[in-house]
Amino acid sequence: MAEKNYAFYPGCSSQKGASAANYLTSVNAVCNKLALRLTAIPDWNCCGASISYAGGSELSRQVLNARNLALAEKHLPGQDVVATCAACWLAARETREQLVASEPLRADANEALEVAGLEYQGKAKVRHMVEVLIEDLGLETLAKPVVKALEGLKIAGYVGCQTNRPFGIAGESFENPQYLDRLIEAAGATALSDYDQKVTCCGGALAFTEPEKSQAQIKMIVESAYDQGADMIVTPCPLCQANVEVYQSQINEKQGTKLNMPVVYYSELLATAYGASAKEAGLDGHLIAPDKLIDAAEKR
Amino acid sequence: MSEADHSSAYRREFLAEVEREVEGGTWVKMCMQCGVCAGSCPFGPHWEHSPQKIFMMIRAGQREAVLRSESMWLCTSCYNCVVRCPRQLPVTHIMHGLASYAQKLGLAPKLQATRDFSLQFWENCTRTGRVNEMRLTLGLYFREGLVAGFKQAWAMRTVAWGLLRAGRLNPAELVGGHRCADANGIKAMLAKAREIEARRKAQHGH
Repeated sequence: MAEKNYAFYPGCSSQKGASAANYLTSVNAVCNKLALRLTAIPDWNCCGASISYAGGSELSRQVLNARNLALAEKHLPGQDVVATCAACWLAARETREQLVASEPLRADANEALEVAGLEYQGKAKVRHMVEVLIEDLGLETLAKPVVKALEGLKIAGYVGCQTNRPFGIAGESFENPQYLDRLIEAAGATALSDYDQKVTCCGGALAFTEPEKSQAQIKMIVESAYDQGADMIVTPCPLCQANVEVYQSQINEKQGTKLNMPVVYYSELLATAYGASAKEAGLDGHLIAPDKLIDAAEKR
Repeated sequence: MSEADHSSAYRREFLAEVEREVEGGTWVKMCMQCGVCAGSCPFGPHWEHSPQKIFMMIRAGQREAVLRSESMWLCTSCYNCVVRCPRQLPVTHIMHGLASYAQKLGLAPKLQATRDFSLQFWENCTRTGRVNEMRLTLGLYFREGLVAGFKQAWAMRTVAWGLLRAGRLNPAELVGGHRCADANGIKAMLAKAREIEARRKAQHGH
């Protein structure tokens, strides 16, 4: 397979010891198998996420993202910027579109970037890892390296918000996107197409500040997966993953429920199907162990 | 001036202020009051004033009620309203913009947790160029003092222990943590951005 190169924007949550560290582990396993070469943007910085609006001014937040794009253009010319985190992708892509659309805005951003010795020319495109998988490789190619059949594994594909809105994956509907189900099927598992909470908001950053309201959302997301007979939930978003997995124990404590639904990344599913060990696939990074996936990974 | 003041001069004044000062503000007049945003919001039932109402209140000149509202701070940035708005208003951006403007004017509700978190997040991620999740979480827990902080940390102990065991929480971040090599360059760049914004404001000022 011919190698493909990308300027990689891993994002804060994927760093060692951070809340989505196992996402990066599993993405690396998948990319190795598919000859996708990710080179981290040298000295990349935080995107500011969606939540920093009260502290960061409009231009400050755009400049923060423009710095990453400028670094990618400088050190990894000609490569698309690829993010694995929904918020990183959204913030970087939004900035790109705004700066490309407005010359005066780009001039302002570049005046600020100049202080850090950088310039953004509006070249580097910003993409999400699932776009790379689906558009640059395609589902057939993704199915080829599968060596472990995940047959019978029933999965609720939880797309969430920011991988889906406002940009989404080209050609997909915002209300009922199909790509995650197709990825699940490419890994050889069964996608539960009637999972009705697939694009419900988990509360995002407000899971910290509005716990009751967010946990009501999370409860719906998990209960619907149970209703469909799911073995686990699969998601492309680090914050969705953390919120939906981590707060189940809180909901149980407060409401006497017995929620215990594993929540894994699409990349853990693919890595396992491609023959990675549980550790290589990031399966050891959970509070609710995805037992059926671990069993599959450990089966020789 | 009471909020029931309906003088047209005042009405235009606040709408004009929003158009001038708030991100996406020029879109406010385009709202056709269909209510799709209100019905699409995951926290919609908890908003005192839905985006639809906020847009009308802006046009009705209810400056204080809008800027002191808790509602905008309930936005989860899910973008449901943005993709569904028949007139394609960037509703999420406008809500963030209003919250940010209220904060700048000192009118935002003081004990609003999301307001605090938003400020802390910006401070946190621009200090070294990378988010320090450990400091961010504890900063939020302890925002109302030591006792409240320990209480909250205790309530979350199972979650914290689980994350720790899963390798997704690192207490060592309290003293060190990830950082950008050019953290100083980032700070200088952001200071410059503020300076440029101030200059633009002075140029287009009224």
